[in-house]
Amino acid sequence: MAHFDPNARPFSHQWLNDRLAIDTLKRVLSTEYWIPKNINFLWAMGMVLAATFGVLLISGIFLLMYYIPDTKQAFDSVNHTIMGEVGYGWLWRHMHGVAASVVFLIIYIHMFTGIYYGSYKRGRELIWLSGMLLFVSFSAEAFSGYMLPWGQMSYWAGMVITNLFSLGSLDLQGLVEWIRGDYVPGQAFLGRFFMLHVVLMPLIIMALIVLHFGTLRIPHVNNKDGEEIDFEAEAEKWKAGKRKEAKVIPFNPVFLSKDTFVLGIYFIFYFYLVFYHFEFAMDPVNFDPANPLKTPPHIYPEWYFLWSYEILRPFPKNPGLVAFGFAQVIFFLLPFLDRSPNVAPANRRGVFKFWFWFLLVDMIVLTVMGKVPPMGIYTTIGTVAAWTFIILWILLPFITKAEKPVRGHK
Amino acid sequence: MKELKVLAVVVFFTLVTYWGVEPYAHSVMHKNVEEAKFENFQYKDLKAPAKGDPAKGKALVAACVSCHGIKSQGMKAPMDPVAAAQAYGVVPPDLSNAGAVLDEKFIANFIVSPTHAGLVKKSAMPGGMADAQGAADIAAYLKSIAPKEIKPKEAFEFACGRCHAVRYDKWTQIGQTPKTKADIKTGVDLAKMDFEKKVGQYQLKLAGYLGKLPPDLSIIVRARSEEYLKKFVENPQHILHGTAMPRVGVSKEGYEKIYKYLEEVGDPSKPKREAVGPWVIGYFVLFSFLAYLWYKSQWKGLK
Ligand code: HEC
Ligand code: HEC
Ligand code: HEM
Repeated sequence: MAHFDPNARPFSHQWLNDRLAIDTLKRVLSTEYWIPKNINFLWAMGMVLAATFGVLLISGIFLLMYYIPDTKQAFDSVNHTIMGEVGYGWLWRHMHGVAASVVFLIIYIHMFTGIYYGSYKRGRELIWLSGMLLFVSFSAEAFSGYMLPWGQMSYWAGMVITNLFSLGSLDLQGLVEWIRGDYVPGQAFLGRFFMLHVVLMPLIIMALIVLHFGTLRIPHVNNKDGEEIDFEAEAEKWKAGKRKEAKVIPFNPVFLSKDTFVLGIYFIFYFYLVFYHFEFAMDPVNFDPANPLKTPPHIYPEWYFLWSYEILRPFPKNPGLVAFGFAQVIFFLLPFLDRSPNVAPANRRGVFKFWFWFLLVDMIVLTVMGKVPPMGIYTTIGTVAAWTFIILWILLPFITKAEKPVRGHK
Repeated sequence: MKELKVLAVVVFFTLVTYWGVEPYAHSVMHKNVEEAKFENFQYKDLKAPAKGDPAKGKALVAACVSCHGIKSQGMKAPMDPVAAAQAYGVVPPDLSNAGAVLDEKFIANFIVSPTHAGLVKKSAMPGGMADAQGAADIAAYLKSIAPKEIKPKEAFEFACGRCHAVRYDKWTQIGQTPKTKADIKTGVDLAKMDFEKKVGQYQLKLAGYLGKLPPDLSIIVRARSEEYLKKFVENPQHILHGTAMPRVGVSKEGYEKIYKYLEEVGDPSKPKREAVGPWVIGYFVLFSFLAYLWYKSQWKGLK
């Protein structure tokens, strides 16, 4: 039976503690959530992502007050009402657009950090998988958001991407029309993507963030050496006042102070982009209103989808789709394709070191080739890079199977 | 410091990716724009006219006012825009500001041959209205009556406003959208409907004349680069081969005015961005500095 002190003043510390166990909560979630000391600023990227999601949510709520999901009014509600008539509407829009782009930069940094340090293995598989679910949900969120201004790129990217669901030679036009709610993107299409963008996907993302944090609690985050830390023992050292010897620090306030500093630097960069360099996040083509009669000369997705788009492009229709499907799911399988027990930085893992840097460079090459028009030398480079991507993943189990144990690991 | 090295690696790959998808990819995609010649509105292909005499020009301009108004000289347009469009497909612009916006050499050439100067196959403005000397005189006259200073919007109205609407500034091809009042009891606004009908009639004729309705230019400054716009206006054929948009023949100063107008309408937040930006960034610099002090105090004696 719980004990409620009848003399506790309402909302006093004890009163709350009796009802909510706030002391325990605080301990479990922050002051005794242990973080290895041996980590660098890359481990602050998770918090940077959480903060950026917060920025997206708040700026999105402001935009939602004036946005009109109607094919005839959407374009002007964004480009005229919000950008010109509502006080500081332009600021919310630029913040939203830039954050949507930058969040992917940080996600990629966060993912490659995980790959580099092997943070998807030895108890951390679910962290990785929930992270990948976040990646997919963010992609859906970004794509659906891109439809909303109903500009030329919204319309034509919407056309091209929904066309993929005809699944090549299967020619499932019925499925495509079912998704669009019409033969071509129109009012039904806009209404659906509006709903996805402002309700369903944000809900899913919030749930997934909670799951992602939950998966972190037991395995704890990894560290720069992939060292297996006995968190209980180390925590005891810290509590005994051995700040120097303990290999761990409490999240609050010690790690949080560093997170906060990194966040500050990040926001300087972010707001520099918002005020002085936002064009990269807002494609000029989308400032032409949607025109079903006029195909733009170049149709390309936002930069963060380019690498997978380029895996689709150089191949004939059906193999292209298969390759595209491969690219979409393969990162999910990373914890299972990496057959080495080593949890260590890639640079200490023999051949895997090259695998890591090849993959990174290859994805950048794919990204650039995904944007330039497919002609001449670009097609060749794109095809080679797409094959390289596929081959790298096929090789991964063999490379890692043959990997020697890294010093200090069994 | 090890962490700075890690940061340098992250920054390096980020910048390479940025360079690839932005400056590099755009230079490949817009090669035609980058390679298009730009001569700063010199119109080097046109012959320089003989020296014109404004007094003679003033007499010759009588031939023009059967179609054009010159309000500043007390000459009203002979027809309203809709009627003019019925006759010519487009309204002949009022010439009061012609000398302030257009290049003098261009005007002289245009009067002799609108298609040759405008680089289009057909023009509603008849050619051969004067010989070369007469055209030079008229150009000199139009220059002489031009006001010293005109507003950016006036420059736009004269040079582009007969073909392009700017709905974010309530500009239509037949003029500014008037303020009208709906009937309170029924919500019916006949004056508005009348105006909309006129715009519609005009646009149908305009599209018939040009083969398509010219696009609204409200936010063209966000949709096209600065370089694209100036090269396109100087010579539309260099960028969209075979386009029906004529070379308008604006002078350098005229173009600057027009661009200023388009920028004010299409990117109205620019002055506010410049005012607010430093404060927000300054705030986060201070924030980071304080956070740094906190971080250093928390991590003292840890290693
Ligand atoms: C038959 C009617 C008619 C007559 C007469 C006429 N114009 Fe025009 N003018 C037009 C029309 C129509 C246009 C618009 C053409 C267009 O936009 O394609 C025009 C356009 C112009 C322009 C704008 C050119 C530009 O590049 O923006 C000038 C300047 C001009 N006319 C001067 C003259 C002068 C000077 C005369 C007398 C010598 C004259 N016009 C006689 C019908 C006429
Ligand atoms: C005689 C009518 C006419 C006049 C005057 C005119 N335009 Fe145009 N403009 C057009 C037409 C027609 C198009 C469509 C061109 C096409 O798509 O081929 C066009 C298209 C444009 C475009 C879009 C080009 C693109 O990339 O799609 C811009 C920008 C433009 N005009 C700017 C101007 C400016 C600035 C002026 C004034 C200096 C002006 N125009 C004067 C007829 C005109
Ligand atoms: C935008 C959504 C995301 C948020 C808000 C988020 C948040 C976080 C946070 C706060 C942490 C702990 C701190 C850190 O190590 O950085 C973390 C760790 C981690 N995340 Fe994410 N994350 C997101 C997306 C992803 C994605 C897309 C992946 C990859 C598929 C991923 C994989 C990981 C991994 C592997 C770790 C553990 C790192 C380690 O143990 O060193 N996350 N995430």
